[in-house]
Amino acid sequence: MQKLVVIGAGMASGRVLENLFETDPQAYEVTLFNAEPRGNYNRIMLSPVLSGEKSFDEIVTHNEGWYAGYKVACRFGEKVVSIDRARKVVVGENGEAPYDKLIIATGSVPFIVPVEGRDLEGVITYRDLDDTNVMIEASATQGAKAVVIGGGLLGLEAAAGLRLRGMEVTVLHLSGHLMDRQLDEAAGYLLKRDLEKRGIAVMTKASTQKILGTERVEGVELADGTVLPADLVVMAVGIRPSAEIAKAAGLAVNRAIVVDAQLRTSDPDIYAVGECTEFNGMLFGLVAPLYDQAKVLAKVLMGEADSFAVKELSTKLKVTGCDLFSAGDFAAGEGREEIVLRDPSHGVYRRLVIENDRLVGAVMYGDTGDANWFFDLIRDGSSVAAMRDTLIFGQSYQGGSPLDPMAAVAALPDDAEICGCNGVCKSKITGTITAKGLTSLDEVRAHTKASSSCGTCTGLVEQLMALTLGASFNPQAVKPMCGCTDLGHADVRRLIVAKELKSIPEVMQELEWKTSCGCAKCRPALNYYLIADWPGEYRDDEQSRFINERVHANIQKDGTYSVVPRMWGGMTSASELRAIADVVDKFNIPSVKCTGGQRIDMLGVKKEDLPAVWADLNAAGMVSGAAYGKALRTVKTCVGTDWCRFGTQDSTGLGMRIEKFMWGSWTPAKVKMAVSGCPRNCAEATCKDVGVICTDAGYEIHFAGAAGLDIKGTEVLTQVRTEEEAIEMIVALVQLYREQGHYLERIYKWLRRVGMESIKAAVVEDAAKRRHYFDRFVKSQETAQRDPWADRATGGVASHEFKPMAEIGFKEAAE
Amino acid sequence: MSKAWHPIGQLTDIPKRGSRCVATPFGRIAVFRTAEDHVFATEDRCPHKGGPLSQGIVHDASVTCPLHNAVISLETGEMQGPDEGRVRTYAIRLDPLTGAIDLSLAEAAADMTQAAE
Ligand SMILES: Cc1cc2nc3c(=O)[nH]c(=O)nc-3n(C[C@H](O)[C@H](O)[C@H](O)COP(=O)(O)OP(=O)(O)OC[C@H]3O[C@@H](n4cnc5c(N)ncnc54)[C@H](O)[C@@H]3O)c2cc1C
Ligand code: FES
Repeated sequence: MQKLVVIGAGMASGRVLENLFETDPQAYEVTLFNAEPRGNYNRIMLSPVLSGEKSFDEIVTHNEGWYAGYKVACRFGEKVVSIDRARKVVVGENGEAPYDKLIIATGSVPFIVPVEGRDLEGVITYRDLDDTNVMIEASATQGAKAVVIGGGLLGLEAAAGLRLRGMEVTVLHLSGHLMDRQLDEAAGYLLKRDLEKRGIAVMTKASTQKILGTERVEGVELADGTVLPADLVVMAVGIRPSAEIAKAAGLAVNRAIVVDAQLRTSDPDIYAVGECTEFNGMLFGLVAPLYDQAKVLAKVLMGEADSFAVKELSTKLKVTGCDLFSAGDFAAGEGREEIVLRDPSHGVYRRLVIENDRLVGAVMYGDTGDANWFFDLIRDGSSVAAMRDTLIFGQSYQGGSPLDPMAAVAALPDDAEICGCNGVCKSKITGTITAKGLTSLDEVRAHTKASSSCGTCTGLVEQLMALTLGASFNPQAVKPMCGCTDLGHADVRRLIVAKELKSIPEVMQELEWKTSCGCAKCRPALNYYLIADWPGEYRDDEQSRFINERVHANIQKDGTYSVVPRMWGGMTSASELRAIADVVDKFNIPSVKCTGGQRIDMLGVKKEDLPAVWADLNAAGMVSGAAYGKALRTVKTCVGTDWCRFGTQDSTGLGMRIEKFMWGSWTPAKVKMAVSGCPRNCAEATCKDVGVICTDAGYEIHFAGAAGLDIKGTEVLTQVRTEEEAIEMIVALVQLYREQGHYLERIYKWLRRVGMESIKAAVVEDAAKRRHYFDRFVKSQETAQRDPWADRATGGVASHEFKPMAEIGFKEAAE
Repeated sequence: MSKAWHPIGQLTDIPKRGSRCVATPFGRIAVFRTAEDHVFATEDRCPHKGGPLSQGIVHDASVTCPLHNAVISLETGEMQGPDEGRVRTYAIRLDPLTGAIDLSLAEAAADMTQAAE
């Protein structure tokens, strides 16, 4: 097999590998170096990580499992120091790697302003996860101040993120208005005003003289003598392509590594891709053209013909609430006319630049709804003379009566570009939806890549889905949790973690609940999310639990309760049965029944009697079976090798171990498990939330079955050899579900929503992650494994629940 | 009949956003305490299928029945949303200084006397 060495595991080379493996995973044996100690992630989404809107895990593009699947030899955290072209080897810090073909994809490095004090601690740039983490850490100090040097795309995203994290932020920008390379003065002004509204101070025409401090940064001094105190200085003034190793190896390098339309450098066996390249004298700083490069390079590596060409670029800022768009050339000039629309009260500004009846540039601020339409006009170069008068109002105003947004999307030509980042056009999206029967945004992202990078095109993609799927698609894909909020479960869970919200009032305050204290839908959900996300820290709010979970018994239609003690793995004993019989007699319990989960249900217990019933059951060694809870219910087992002539493993023992390990944990919805000792499956493990089928070779872990309103067989998660591995796998799976599931969403629905791939990636393919989830479960069990019955029967918890507050006798009442 | 007030306990006997019940000759009465420390009293029977409202979740000045999630206004006793029906409410008062709560059974007693006549 040919050896392919890649220097740099960034966004561009990542896309090359994806395209390459898609065509032929066997074509090359790949070695991948990366100076960063990690693989490829969606660098452009560092801003949402900084602001706390996403976690790093969510922006990883290729995980350990992906690399392993394609047998990529990963050398992460190892910088390449030189290339020996004569011997065709790459020299890394830890050794050499021979190549037949080499790709240089080293990206670029941030430009450091050459001022005094630039080496002080606390002065950083904004390029990778480490930078992001430094910023997050700095923002943890109350009242900390940040100065961002550079009011371009990166600087403003950094500023907005730091501000959201509570820092006092000042942006220094050298020129007269923000984002001067993408915006004109008027739009720059509106942007400045919006940022100031968010509490970000903006100083334009501000030239940094020096950075003050002895070891750590203490402030920034401007050319006019102004001194700004600062605990953190972020430099975001531009980037410089990383071309040193190429230059040292004698390749043609100008401002960056010179490549031809096949991405070849001056050495025919060496290619370059990404921000480190220069093509026709042009440099790159946005991903869209790099993805085009990647597509071409993958083909060239497979021996197919293709060539790279530069398309028009557009820019959007990923700061929530600041909608801006710019594309093309918007400088005023001779022979150019402009059309401007201003709506100051709504903060809307649009400017179009027309030359020879063609649209050549567009700047929009505040309302970017027609951005794609204008962008298409710029790229087509078709004449706009006929609609000159109404052009600025956008697509809806063309051709008579105004169109609604859906009709506007419908009117877009098939080749209209919808997702700028990934270069996905309309017909590709609609075609894939139909061909693959896609119904959710996540599926469309997975199959077409549209909306999977910066996400600003999500609205359009949803409109296309609505158009293609008709009434069956709900364009408001996020269903609010309940009437008290517009946020869906996913957003609420994410924000609880990101903003470290640790109580129900805090959630309601920070996420702007519309009611003063929620309702019976959202309160139990929030209570669960907080328990799951802050184990040991959050105090369970009894008043936000359904009655069953509050009194640890099941309410029946007549207001009495049913009581189900645990029987570990369905095993019981004479003394337990005797104690149950005694309780039934003593409290006159009308019905006793065997449940489907191999235990005994006592029905018709009066609420007042509950504590005494529990005390007696506790005395016989039994604890609550949680038959009432969104929690681990039963682990059903068959008799296994102990008795059964077909049994292959100790299924009863494993079931008991699982139940003893996991009881007491709260989950998004109930979790029922089973362990069958052989594939004859007497414990019916293949319709449970989690099931195990023992075989001679070990344990088959199943999950996501259902046998209620829906009936569904399980899916196989994986196969393991030992009992320990089985327990670790199951626990990690349940913990992942605990952290991702929406309240009342059973495991099979969770699987349907997040997809098998993501679950496998987290608990099967990546041992470190599996361990991480396992450990988190163990941590949460430290405080969860208390018998609620004992707490109430003898521990004095919630004693008010079980007796009336007062009794008014007949005589008093008649007075 | 004059409004006779029966002392039933202290505000702190009821959990915030929670409820307790009071046994009376006219059946169980649910007493509620809201997040803002207002108190309400209603019959402990949901107008839908008789669920014990004292076991529901209290939010704002409403309670959601534990059996089938009917939402009932504690101020008026009426079912919210499309459903119709109401529970009887009782006069209840809270002494803001001492936290003592009194309940009046006049509404229930009035019914009884009418029935007897
Ligand atoms: C915060 C932020 C926000 C952004 N937002 C947007 C946006 O909204 N839209 C947009 O289009 N673009 C955006 N960009 C730009 C975009 O991220 C880049 O254009 C893109 O990542 C470039 O891809 P690349 O593969 O060329 O380089 P990179 O992704 O930087 O990858 C290069 C990799 O090579 C490694 N490397 C370098 N030298 C060596 C060596 N000698 N040995 C081994 N490894 C080496 C580096 O460690 C790095 O991991 C943003 C960038 C940042 C930082
Ligand atoms: S335009 Fe960025 S993800 Fe589609």
